[in-house]
Amino acid sequence: MDTQINRLPASTGLYVDHNESITFSFEGKNYTGLAGDTIASALAANNVWLLSRSFKYHRPRGVMSMAGLEADTLVQLDGEPNVAADRRKITPNLQVSGQNYNGSLEKDKNANMGAFSKFMPVGFYYKAFFRPKGIWQKFWEPVVRKRAGLGKIDFNSPHSYFDKCYKFCDVAVIGSGPAGLSAALIAAKAGTEVILIEQESLLGGSLNYSRFDAEGKVASATRNELLEAVVAQPNIEVLTNAVCNAWFADNWLPIIQGNRMYKLRAKEMVLASGKMEQPAIFHNNDLPGILLGSAAQRLIRLYAVRPGQRAVILTANDDGYATALDLLENGVEIAAIADLRPSPIATPIYEQINNNGVSIFAGHTVYAAAARSDKNHIQSVELREIIGQGQCKNESKHFDCDLLCVSIGFTPTYQLALQSGGKISYDDETARFSISQLPKSFHLAGAVNGFNKLSSLLDSGNQTGKAVCDNLGLDTKGITSQQTMSSTSNTYGNHPWPIFPHPKGKEFVDLDEDLQYADIVNACKDGYSEIELVKRYSTVGMGPSQGRHSALATARLVANETQRSVAEVGVTTARPPFRAEKLGVIAGRSFEPERLTAIHHRHKELGAQMITAGVWWRPGYYGQPKNRDQCIRDENLVIRNNVGLIDVSTLGGLEVRGPDAAEFLNRMYTFAYAKQKIGMSRYLLMTNPAGTIIDDGVACRFSDEHFYVTATTGGVDNVYRTMLWWNTQWRLDVDITNVTAAYAGINIAGPNSREVLHKVCNDIDLSPEGFPYLAVREGTVAHIPARLLRVGFVGELGYEIHVPASQGEALWDALLEVGKEHNIQPVGIEAQRLLRLEKGHIIVSQDTDAMTTPQEVRMTWAIAKKKPFFVGGRSLQLIDNHPSDRKLVGFIIEASQNESPKESNIILDGNNIVGHITSVAYSPSLNKIIGLAFAKADTEPGMQISIKLSSGMVIQAQVVEMPFYDPENKRQEM
Amino acid sequence: MPLGLLKYGFASKYPARRDIPAPKDLNKSYDVVIIGAGGHGLSTAYHLARYHGITNVAVLDKGYIGGGNTARNTAVVRSNYISPEAVAFYKASVELFKNLANELGYNQMYSQRGQLTLAHSDASVRTFTLRAEVNKHLGVRSEMVDRKQIREIVPCLNMGKNMRFPIQAGLWHRDGGTARHDSIAWGYAMRAAQMGVEIHQRTEVTGVNINAGKVTAIETNRGTIQCNHAIQAVAGMSSVVAKMAGIQLPIRSYPLQAMVTQPVKPFLDPLVSSAGLHAYVSQTARGEIVIGGGSDPYELYSTRSTLDLKESLIAHTLELFPFFAELKLLRQWAGITDMTPDYSPIMGESPVKNYWLDAGWGTWGFKATPISGKCMAETIAQEKTAAMIQPFHLDRFKTFKLSNEAGATAASH
Repeated sequence: MDTQINRLPASTGLYVDHNESITFSFEGKNYTGLAGDTIASALAANNVWLLSRSFKYHRPRGVMSMAGLEADTLVQLDGEPNVAADRRKITPNLQVSGQNYNGSLEKDKNANMGAFSKFMPVGFYYKAFFRPKGIWQKFWEPVVRKRAGLGKIDFNSPHSYFDKCYKFCDVAVIGSGPAGLSAALIAAKAGTEVILIEQESLLGGSLNYSRFDAEGKVASATRNELLEAVVAQPNIEVLTNAVCNAWFADNWLPIIQGNRMYKLRAKEMVLASGKMEQPAIFHNNDLPGILLGSAAQRLIRLYAVRPGQRAVILTANDDGYATALDLLENGVEIAAIADLRPSPIATPIYEQINNNGVSIFAGHTVYAAAARSDKNHIQSVELREIIGQGQCKNESKHFDCDLLCVSIGFTPTYQLALQSGGKISYDDETARFSISQLPKSFHLAGAVNGFNKLSSLLDSGNQTGKAVCDNLGLDTKGITSQQTMSSTSNTYGNHPWPIFPHPKGKEFVDLDEDLQYADIVNACKDGYSEIELVKRYSTVGMGPSQGRHSALATARLVANETQRSVAEVGVTTARPPFRAEKLGVIAGRSFEPERLTAIHHRHKELGAQMITAGVWWRPGYYGQPKNRDQCIRDENLVIRNNVGLIDVSTLGGLEVRGPDAAEFLNRMYTFAYAKQKIGMSRYLLMTNPAGTIIDDGVACRFSDEHFYVTATTGGVDNVYRTMLWWNTQWRLDVDITNVTAAYAGINIAGPNSREVLHKVCNDIDLSPEGFPYLAVREGTVAHIPARLLRVGFVGELGYEIHVPASQGEALWDALLEVGKEHNIQPVGIEAQRLLRLEKGHIIVSQDTDAMTTPQEVRMTWAIAKKKPFFVGGRSLQLIDNHPSDRKLVGFIIEASQNESPKESNIILDGNNIVGHITSVAYSPSLNKIIGLAFAKADTEPGMQISIKLSSGMVIQAQVVEMPFYDPENKRQEM
Repeated sequence: MPLGLLKYGFASKYPARRDIPAPKDLNKSYDVVIIGAGGHGLSTAYHLARYHGITNVAVLDKGYIGGGNTARNTAVVRSNYISPEAVAFYKASVELFKNLANELGYNQMYSQRGQLTLAHSDASVRTFTLRAEVNKHLGVRSEMVDRKQIREIVPCLNMGKNMRFPIQAGLWHRDGGTARHDSIAWGYAMRAAQMGVEIHQRTEVTGVNINAGKVTAIETNRGTIQCNHAIQAVAGMSSVVAKMAGIQLPIRSYPLQAMVTQPVKPFLDPLVSSAGLHAYVSQTARGEIVIGGGSDPYELYSTRSTLDLKESLIAHTLELFPFFAELKLLRQWAGITDMTPDYSPIMGESPVKNYWLDAGWGTWGFKATPISGKCMAETIAQEKTAAMIQPFHLDRFKTFKLSNEAGATAASH
């Protein structure tokens, strides 16, 4: 059975399709709406107005603006909390429920919370709940936490697809009401590329739902005319259902349309965002059935929903009378109109209502609203005559009604303007906010700039369109603005004090936060009189509606209480986003790069356990995780006793070329490179200006003007950036290129490496004399052009072979093939770490931290003393006069079954922490636990250091000379 | 219903408690002028009055009370630092937090819900292990937890191995917690004012007068006031104000973005952060999810919001909590972080006699609010840098005796 008792005939309802019904459920009950309905409009058609329970007092709440501006319309969907019911369209079988209730939405067990509101004055949680000490966390916080929040989050919500798109234009127009449309048309006619952004599904803005004349004709006529013109303009791109959600510097605009975020850079920005109608403040002003006048108009014209049966109107301007006409025309009885103005102006709209015989009470307000017996909807209102600011006579008139429409004033939709740096001011005469001091490329058009009459809105749009063209240097002399019908002279205005305190309270200033008149006033009394403090202390404006309906009233109340002007009090900082935005939209698709070496797939085939190294994947070891330690030991011994292959492709590679190449390295690194021989490599140690070690590697000199520089896997990008940064200042004649990914690298190491290599390398003399330790050569390996480096990181005879990345896999295959007879084995990064530890080589960032100097790790041998300059050199000289308290030492412990020390265990001197272990491992070659640790600076070989194990036990370790393995370095120099 | 609230329920007229004093004229001179009415400045004022009997004090602020980084931080209180001096300092701060509400008679809603910091790399595991070892040695509750334990602490975390950088381990800091940030400043302000301290909002310092190497007066937009001592506690503007006293600080200032979602029913008690993803997440008493990240990558004194950092931060947050995709962001804001080379503060003596520094608070200022005020008050009263903050002395940058906290700050706030 169709229960849409409030559905109006098919002649109305711009958004809905009267021919397509959709069934959905709310609170477990099925309802029928029309395609194009929002959840709230479909429920309203079914005469369901109660949508949620309020944050603090669990009061019944429903729609107020029909514009998605308030917290009270937030409902729960499956997997999605806090969905604005007055913006989200219904879809077949959508499951919707209310939020923040205990029991049922209609009969909330916490509904009596409001009865205790006198015991919960503003900031009450600061005044109590802390005696005795610790009681907050133990008792009260859990109580409060149980009641906090609105919707429920679903841990298993399905992952939607979100993406992003860049856009550029000359002019972005935000809002497609009369002003936005006119501005867009002028700009487009002048030849600019315009993007017109509208948050609703149809263009037109207030032309779609407002009434600008007594006859009710001018809006749709104007709309049709403007839209025809817009459609005829090829250089206006229209984005509907799209929200410009923020303004970032230089008109950088996030436009959210469904699950996509456009990032738009606009040369000029026109904000034609209109205005937000404001509620009045009186007893029970939050009951369902109390709507803003514009909300009633939206329901009628956009959704074909009659907002009630019998209405009372509270107004202070012509909008209330326009709403009354709309209601009358759609079969709603008007019980009374209360006009806050002592003597309303007799405009045609007013006259028409007056002639209809509707009771108009000038100089009256709605003093209180009363709920029907179930407390969930308005049933009647109490009118009183106003005798002063916020004061009324004691006599009252009562009117039964199921609808109260409120039209007492507006604020401009100023958020984006304020984000751009605009300043807000307040005119006491008109009781309105206005905005000034905008960036030059930021323009206001229409109601957001204080215009209200239709002719003024259109004029304002045209003027703004011309101003935009002027900024862009375009001539607009020949451009005619759209000819539109003139409208009748409506009066529009804000009432300066639509605020009526009540002895029983419940006159809500901020519905999100259940803040009453007294809460704001008392915050000032407690001393929190700056507007930001009022907000922070009372929480006004902190809820989901972000003060859209409370900022004006709060500013007025604070100004009144502290004897300042509203302009002086102002509003709190406007921050993005304009509307709440899904985190998924902001994140978009996840782009987390992964880098694979050219040999990656071979490692996988060989059963490698891959580990991350920065963004790279590297083989940790080859074999099953359960055999991890054994695998690493075996791989270690392969290198020590035979021959192994290590993929070193992730090592950074930089080409440094040019006449100043050696001088450049001299400045960037601590060592000296001017006299480095061609065909030789030399260690590189990089410090930052503070003298802290930040990277190391080797410099291979292939010619006078060409170095091939290696860097650490994790450090190369920073090294490259740092090099460019410095040379921007130095202007040395040098060219620097990051070739890390262009080369694959394989370290063939172990006593048999020369023999294996010899089989695939015929054009290089591999003899110890022809290719000695630390030499570098160019030639071919397995017919692949290659650079060969005799380096000694693992402490055995070995060659790093660098080839174009495309040939990496071929080289790997070739070396494994010819190495078969020596039983060559692949070796992972874990074994390499152990091998280098046996040689006492540090790993930058593991054995150093963000303060480690070369002195502390005893690498002063790598500092060239005679150079005039290098980065960090001055600091290192100064540090020589202030010796560090610590240094890195090598230690050994006899291997045993007991608890072994771990990396990061601390070193104690007495009870003082003096350092920690940076690297430690069992060395199969030495059958001892070996490690590096920071210890007191006066620690020398032969002494003991105290290690505090994770269990708390303290053990002694012997400090020894390094390297631990092959102290004479004979093996790497074979 | 606590008894303290009964009087409000039964009073016919609201029994206002004037927490923040009404504006009044500036005096010609004060014993101590405190520049900056944020948490640190007000904490210093409170400790001067309460423990040193110095009440002829003016606290000046160009804006409103607690309107700088006190208002903008993400309210993390923790002591799981890495250097022994910092651990001792922040541990003392945590101790003060525990009793703060009762000492001030103002509820800061301090709650030790625990902080979990996630490691996604070997390097993070090593650093966190070191922090755990140092913390344990110094009596701070920190321990390394494995993936299984992490699941128990925060069951809704994404522990998938398909994550780009899967969670390897975590640093579980039971002493970590949170408090209502603004109310720290308000509580100190209320008690300090009750003891005679003057608080002047909308009073901007424009100059520092020095005679013979000693501070003599502070110039403001409301006139010049003489003083025997002055202290600056202006996080985010430290270099600018110090320059008025002719002092150059080794500080670079970067904006830091933070954001908050609409409220949802509480599901996340501990504070969760990730060093590798530069993200930290907690749920407030109101049910909002607070999300913070690393600093913007450029130096700036503007607190305007930016888009790019929000995008990457939220993307990282969704790595940890994929179901957050359906949550809605309500608001983003920014503060200015004064970063020092060693990620430790600059406290105590300055080159100008009787001009005291409380600066360099980067991303670690809020959690130090009680202890900083205590130490700075002691420093001013004794005219000598308090022992506990000696390691944070400005001179350390000349002597290279830095206090290295790079491994324990970054995105762990």
